[in-house]
Order: sequence, then structure tokens, then C-alpha cells
Amino acid sequence: MKALIMNTHYIVFAGILMLMVIGLFGALTKRNLIKILIALGILDTGINLFFIAIGYVTGKTAPIFSKQGLSSGNMVDPVPQALVLTAIVIGVAVLALGLSIVIRVYEHYGTLNVSKIKKMRG
Amino acid sequence: MKKPGLKKRLRVKNIFVFLIVLYFGFQMFSVISFLDLNNVKGVAKYYLENDIKDTQSANVVTSIVVNYRGFDTLGEVTVLFLAATGLGAILSGHRKVKKQKILANTMLQYGSKPLLAIVILFGAYIFIHGHLSPGGGFQGGTVIATGFLMMLLALEGYEIKHGYVKWTESLAGLTFVTVGLIGLVLLGSFLANFLPLGKVGDLFSAGVIPIIYVAVGFKVGSELTGLLDNMMGVIE
Amino acid sequence: MNVVVIITIVCVLLMILASYFAIKTEDLVSAVIASSVVSLMASVLFLILHAPDVAMTEAAIGAGLSTVVFLIAIRKTERFEKDEEQ
Repeated sequence: MKALIMNTHYIVFAGILMLMVIGLFGALTKRNLIKILIALGILDTGINLFFIAIGYVTGKTAPIFSKQGLSSGNMVDPVPQALVLTAIVIGVAVLALGLSIVIRVYEHYGTLNVSKIKKMRG
Repeated sequence: MKKPGLKKRLRVKNIFVFLIVLYFGFQMFSVISFLDLNNVKGVAKYYLENDIKDTQSANVVTSIVVNYRGFDTLGEVTVLFLAATGLGAILSGHRKVKKQKILANTMLQYGSKPLLAIVILFGAYIFIHGHLSPGGGFQGGTVIATGFLMMLLALEGYEIKHGYVKWTESLAGLTFVTVGLIGLVLLGSFLANFLPLGKVGDLFSAGVIPIIYVAVGFKVGSELTGLLDNMMGVIE
Repeated sequence: MNVVVIITIVCVLLMILASYFAIKTEDLVSAVIASSVVSLMASVLFLILHAPDVAMTEAAIGAGLSTVVFLIAIRKTERFEKDEEQ
């Protein structure tokens, strides 16, 4: 049973890395501006998941003293959770800023294709 | 009828990029073998053991975000403010809201106003109890912004008064910095905990942490509301 | 087999399938909905990894605000991605 739970941790790691690979591939290859931003959002989710998965310790529980007698030796790592909490909010704010720039680019050039915009240039 | 000439070719460049990114994935996987995934060491161990002693807050993540690493939260709030201001600056100019062609359902139009009060109350509950149960300023602020988004979508011609949003955001940010400066004056370091600590599990415990989190909750909520209002207001 | 292990494997598989669909499809609205499915599965995975604060934040932001912001931007630009060869 312990071996299966240890393998589950590695399965979760492999899945998260696959998510990051798909997000990065989409951001490097696609031509549409909004599709590039969607891929960057998926990459962002994958990186936050990777952080939390590193901080997980097998068999321990959430870092909140909800009852009186809980000991602090039975808790997972709380520092990655505090870092990811702010990273998620900043991610969505920067994505909204990028989308506002995309709206302006569409109003100016008339297309959202990166190759065509590179040819037009002004 | 299929249109001729609209085939999607598998470009050689795409396969090459995919192999490189897959190699990057494998290298990241080998990093995991260097980690110790079985015990908590270092700074995290200190935070877990001394959290009840330093701040009587039941939620360790809250006390890390506000008390031990409070300066990073101030920086994060600044980045959020910059992003919302930049969005307002880029999307400025012609702002006219066209009439909706299909009005929302009547039940939605009448039911969304009491629902807004309940949603704001729920969001406030989340960030007031940030030091006792999972929650905090960011989650509560987002719930409040979602309530205002519901009002923008349900009612036709609903306008959020810019004066209220601006003043709430500025006053909340000012509260955060003022509390930090008072800590600097009274105890010698920025954002020090100067109020009495109380008992674990009470509402008025953990010193200055609930005050800071309430300020952060209001600031994030009003910023995200202003962001959504800016983006929706230019619909042609 | 534990129930938690089954739920974990199902969530990871759904996440990978949804992200692949989000990159591959040409309809941008379908891609945005698929990316919100990725956020939902990530929120469940955060809960399984014992991080309730982060799960709440990801559920509120990833499956709510991010999707709406993308849909507003698609409304003002084009909906379909035209992949034309030169």
C-alpha cells in the first residue's frame, strides 16, 4: 500500500510535467495571439501545481491547527502554499493586461495572426 | 462539401520544437530525485513549530503570508495595482456600452440584487476568518468581484460608480501601509505585530493579522471589479 | 486500491486531455472552456495534495475570472482561428 502511494506521487509529477510541456509547446508554435495566451495560462497552472506537489510530504495533513491537540510534526510544507497563493492572483492580472493589449492590436491591424502582423508592421 | 486546399500539414518545425520541449520535461523530472520528499526541513520547520508561539493564529499559511513574509504581500498588492492601472490606461478612450440585444431572464433580473448582498457577505466572511480557517484576503476579494460581475451581466445598463471603487482601493492600500508604519514606530520593524495576541481560535486574536487581511481583501476585490468594468465597458 | 488514488489518476488524465484539446482546436471559445476544465481539475488536485487555501484561490480565479476575461476579449476580436498557409 505504501508503494502504491509513493508511485501515485510520481504519477502526479509526470502528469504535471506533461501539462507544462503541452502549454510550452502551444506558446511556441501557435500563430493566433489569443491561442498563445491560453497556452501561457495553462503553463502557469502547471507551474503552480508543480510547486505544491514538491511541498507534499507523504502521510501528513494540511497546515492548519483546526483542533486543539494537533501537533506540528504532522503537517505538509506550508511555504510553497504561501508563495503560490500570490502567484495565482498575479497570473490572472497579468493575463488580463495582455488581453487588453491584444484588443488594441486587433483594432489597429485588423488581424490576430502573428505572421501577418510581422509583415504589415505599421 | 470539403473546401479544397485546406489541409493541415504536420510541419517539421513543430515536431522539432515538440522534441526539444519533451527533453526539457525529462530534465525537470530528474530534478525530483534531488528533493527530499519525506520530511520538512529548514525554514518551513521553524514556521510550523513556532507559529502558535509567535502569532496565535490557527492558519499557518495566513501567518506566513501576512506576518513572516508580509513585505512580499505588499509587493504583490503593488503588482496587482500596476496591472489594473495599466489595463485602465490601455483601454481608455472611446467607451460606449451598446444596448443588449437579448435581455436576461426576468428571474435573473429580479433575483440578482438580493444575491449581491449575500455574495458580498460571503466574501467578507471569508476574509474576516482568514486566520482561523482556510481563506483569506485574496479568496474573499475574488468572491466579491464575482458578485459584481454577476450584476454587470444580469442587469442592463448597470454602472459601477468609479468614485466608490477608487476610494475603497486607495483607503485599503493606505491602511496596509499605515499599519506597517505604526509597527515600525512602536516595535522597531516594519509590519511588526503590536496588538495583543489573544487565544488561538478566537475571532479577535493574532494581533494585527486580521486587520491587514481585511484591508487586502477590500483592495483585491475593488481592483478586480474595476478591471472587469474597464474590460466590459468598451463593447462596441 | 484507495479511492483517493483513483480520483487522483482520473483528475490527472482529464487535465492532460483537456489541455491537449485546448491547444488543438480552432474554435477559440471551446479552447477557453477546455482551459477552465484544466483549472477545475487543478483545484481538485490541490485539495488532494492537502492545500485548501490554494484550492479555494484556484477555484475562484481560474475557473471564474480567467474564463470571463478571455470571453470578453474574444467577443471583441475574432472567434475562429484561421490557419492559412502562405
